[in-house]
Amino acid sequence: MIEEAIRAAVGVFVVFNVVALSVLVLVLLERKFLGRLQQRFGPMRVGPHGILQTVADALKLLLKEDFTPATADRRLFQLAPFLVIVPIFLPFVTIPFAPGLVVRSLELGLLYIVAVPVVSALGFFLAGWASDNKYALLGAVRYAAVLVSYELPLLMGAIGVVMVTGTLDLVAIVEQQAAWPLLFAQLPAFLLFLVSGMAEGNRTPFDIAIAESEIVGGPFVEYSGMRWSLFFLAEYAGVFATAALTALLFLGGWNGPLLPPLVWFLVKTYAVIIVIFWLRGTMPRLRIDQLMNLAWKGFIPIAFLNLVVTGAAVLIGGPGPGSPLVILGGLATTAVSLAALSLALRPRRRSDVRIGFATRPGDDVADRPPAASHYSIP
Amino acid sequence: MSFDGALVAFGIVAAVAIVASLGVVLARSVVSAAVSLVISLMAVAGVYVLLLADFLALVQVLIYGGAVTILLLFALMLSRTGRDSGLTTRHRPIATVAGLATAIFLGWAIVATNWFALPYAQLQRVELPIIGTALFSTWALPFEVVSLVLLVALIGAAVIARTGDAP
Amino acid sequence: MGDYVYLVFFLFFGVLFPLGGIVTERFLSPKKPDPIKETTYECGIETEGTTWVQFHTRYYLYALVFLIFDVEAIFLFPWAVAYNQLALFGFIEMMIFLAILLVGFAYAWRKRALEWR
Repeated sequence: MIEEAIRAAVGVFVVFNVVALSVLVLVLLERKFLGRLQQRFGPMRVGPHGILQTVADALKLLLKEDFTPATADRRLFQLAPFLVIVPIFLPFVTIPFAPGLVVRSLELGLLYIVAVPVVSALGFFLAGWASDNKYALLGAVRYAAVLVSYELPLLMGAIGVVMVTGTLDLVAIVEQQAAWPLLFAQLPAFLLFLVSGMAEGNRTPFDIAIAESEIVGGPFVEYSGMRWSLFFLAEYAGVFATAALTALLFLGGWNGPLLPPLVWFLVKTYAVIIVIFWLRGTMPRLRIDQLMNLAWKGFIPIAFLNLVVTGAAVLIGGPGPGSPLVILGGLATTAVSLAALSLALRPRRRSDVRIGFATRPGDDVADRPPAASHYSIP
Repeated sequence: MSFDGALVAFGIVAAVAIVASLGVVLARSVVSAAVSLVISLMAVAGVYVLLLADFLALVQVLIYGGAVTILLLFALMLSRTGRDSGLTTRHRPIATVAGLATAIFLGWAIVATNWFALPYAQLQRVELPIIGTALFSTWALPFEVVSLVLLVALIGAAVIARTGDAP
Repeated sequence: MGDYVYLVFFLFFGVLFPLGGIVTERFLSPKKPDPIKETTYECGIETEGTTWVQFHTRYYLYALVFLIFDVEAIFLFPWAVAYNQLALFGFIEMMIFLAILLVGFAYAWRKRALEWR
């Protein structure tokens, strides 16, 4: 009991520092990387090549006034950032960085990791609602709608992994990937999981809930100083968690030749992070109807297909990331899904070029001019 | 962990659940009531943990902390009542009677139960694969019936979508 | 049971660390309230009308359908973990379960309940 308490205390301390440090690194990395994508340098002034920029920003945020709008619901406004950050912080209990380098391996680890962050939706909603600001409320409602749509593909992607490995314990899942990463056997689940994770983490191009250029930051328009930075911290901690989970579930975690396990884990995690930033740099933001349609008419059917195919393949060809039939099934599902998606996303008329699902004649969206649609509060 | 430690933890969790439940009833605004409700439901997840049913606790977090909460909040957003409207209605007398009846029934249940005869010591954690095999062999038929219940709910949602469509 | 010692610790410190940040800020940051500063942001103009608007039922519907499939996903977890022991019977059982749900999903799709309008 005492021993566990000490281990837990040390674990909390280490994890908190790792998360805080990762956020500092990630913010700088993102600014530098996006800068390069756009033919500029990114921050250059503070420290050599601007490497101290985020430290300076963090100090600045600590010195900023923390005020609450006069018409806001004070208590809920001040509570909301906690409800956002705590559920994002909790999964780190059971994210293993290397063999033995985990605070606590849970038997139901994967379910725990996908279940707990959902509660932060309440935090976002409260932030938007308590602010008494139209943009904030719109952002809050949009975030809840996005979460409602992308939680299912995320869960069902995770279930695909469980079907092949037969366990919810993350350490056991990684250990099974010693020879073959799950990427091949669960390619559809990998894509669903990564994209849904990005959508739930409010990452561009799925950040309709934040959308700086239209609703100026969504749920946290009215926040400033430390409380605002808690949202920011939650977003980047979420990016790190999503990338780490993707690396653990699909890319074989710390498995790899020559280099120490921890290095492999970090290399894979940061590779996923770079992909997430890269998508931000190159993709235009999806409209909310496109976002919802992509989830409900694209991802959820694909997730179902993946479950059925994986189920059949495991039944006949046996479980495990290296099972040839499972790999074949995964690749076939991906091919079919991508073909179906690109067919559905094909623009029909020049006047109707949209990234969402091409509309049929008779569809309300196509026939009615946008301004005339009733309740056009997306 | 000893029985006493679990008892203390239960005391804390139960107190949170009760205070939060009171918060639901006494809150001035609907959203505050919703927040209290979520806290209360999470405390119930804590009770499940103490009963060594951790799968059930996570289900509680996922379903009630996520889906039901969002459903509830959207339901609030649909109402025209406005943010600061009170929660009192004309149905107060009926609500009083119903509340009293429930309180009396629960009070009777609490008094009538012999709490110390319950087999805490024999409480055992059931691993998930065992739950899985039991659910899909012994309880296969009830499980399939669940899908019918969900189907009815889905069709109901689709029907509401149609009726809600008419401007 | 030992698992929950860790969770309680993380929960406690997960609240304590952000709180520490906010308390530190309280000592370091200026506090100059101002009626203009405390107005709601609306692109620099005075706020117009009430914040509370009635949102469309479609949000509620998506949440409803999500709840149904969330429950379905919960059943998938014990099934997937026990899948190797369940073998063919488990597979067929889950396929029946999914097929029944997919009928509902197809119905909702057909009735355009999944259409964002």
